[in-house]
Amino acid sequence: MGLVDRYAPVTDDPDAFRAACRRPLPTTVRVNGLKTTPAAATAALADAGVTTTPCTWSRSVLRLDTESAGGTLPYYLGWIHGQEEVSCLPAHILDPQPGETIVDLAAAPGGKATQLADLMDDTGTVIANDVNLGRLSALRHNSERLGVTNLVVTHQDGRHFSQKPLGSADAVDRVLVDAPCSCEGTLRKSPHIVAEWDPHGHRGLQPVQTDLLGRAVEMTRPGGVVVYATCTFAPEENEAVVDSILSSHPCSIDRITLPAGLEAAPGLQRYDTMRFDDSLRETIRIYPHQNDTGGFYVARLRVEG
Amino acid sequence: MTQNDGGRFDRVAPDATQQTDPDRPDRAAICAWWADRFGVAADVWSGHSFWEKGNGKLWVFAGDAVDPTPVEALGMRFMRVRQEHWKPSTNAVQRFGHHATRNVVRLSDAETRRFVAGESIDRPAWEGDWGYLIAATAVAGRDIPLGVGLYLHGELRSTVPKGRQRSL
Repeated sequence: MGLVDRYAPVTDDPDAFRAACRRPLPTTVRVNGLKTTPAAATAALADAGVTTTPCTWSRSVLRLDTESAGGTLPYYLGWIHGQEEVSCLPAHILDPQPGETIVDLAAAPGGKATQLADLMDDTGTVIANDVNLGRLSALRHNSERLGVTNLVVTHQDGRHFSQKPLGSADAVDRVLVDAPCSCEGTLRKSPHIVAEWDPHGHRGLQPVQTDLLGRAVEMTRPGGVVVYATCTFAPEENEAVVDSILSSHPCSIDRITLPAGLEAAPGLQRYDTMRFDDSLRETIRIYPHQNDTGGFYVARLRVEG
Repeated sequence: MTQNDGGRFDRVAPDATQQTDPDRPDRAAICAWWADRFGVAADVWSGHSFWEKGNGKLWVFAGDAVDPTPVEALGMRFMRVRQEHWKPSTNAVQRFGHHATRNVVRLSDAETRRFVAGESIDRPAWEGDWGYLIAATAVAGRDIPLGVGLYLHGELRSTVPKGRQRSL
């Protein structure tokens, strides 16, 4: 059994899922509100010969008629950032507010962390952490090109993340866990994901994902929000991870309000021999055929006192 | 000259009277430099703190932090000091340069392509100062700062770092 065969029966439309998985992924960019507006970025891209179409659910996410906008003036100016449409979603679901303290626990290369800074209008603090020093340099480069000044970059193992170097013992307002995963949902962009798929690839990742999410809940203030996201379909890396934290940590599932124009499927209740808490239905799965994107999973957790 | 610690961020003192390191410029001097050279008022950074990491590398951070802070990055690299000619970073000029009222060189589309690719531009008739200037171009009907050029002997040299240069 291959990757696509494993998940097609789980979707509402297996044939559409299979067909979408074979199509190349549209190229999208996120408009950086710290430096420009969707209208100005659209005009500047048109001047550079690039035609754009806004995605169905956000004016700040543009689909391009070309494979890359890296050689355009708006890219050089930090007006746009190459970011897959569906990977622009977790930051919206975390919904950071200006002035808050937010942690992005596995932040490199920084697409989502810089988007959080944008949503907060560069106020408050975004602590962008990653364990991989090489990928942190890409994060720093992106953050500076995009003109972000409220971002602190830390180099720690997120499973044991400490705010001590920052001189703070306070719980933070919100945490994003964009967990390292088997990346099955990137199959349209990276065909090797299908060719080299390992049906047991989740086994080494699940303990790390669980520890990251557990640490995120621990460091968030009561009433605060944690968003867990992956770009993979495997229930072992998604519902199973969230379900295990629900039973070990003081938190509950928060219903996700989807932006208008975005389709998603509910989280699974069961898979194979696994059974999950009823509330996991309020987490979301995004399949490639629903919005012509990559695949994604997002859960929103509310931390309790 | 005293050396600054490259592994942490140290706060820049508000003014000369509170300076503990005589070689580190204070905030008032930094703001006076931006006002004098580019006409940028200090209140642009009223919500930001200034930090030094390594020798003469100043950073600008929205909000405040503990002093010192041992992290990888704190906001954005802002400018280079502790030498005869201070130089703003490309990214700082792209972020704050639209406040400038003088020493801004406006480039044509063809000159913009050369500048962004890291090439020099002939500009024999320049009335402003020599040294580090802000290069700007019209995008979607507005002047947008591109980065920093070094003006010497009728020529504007692009200082866009290699990793930021683009062939448009």
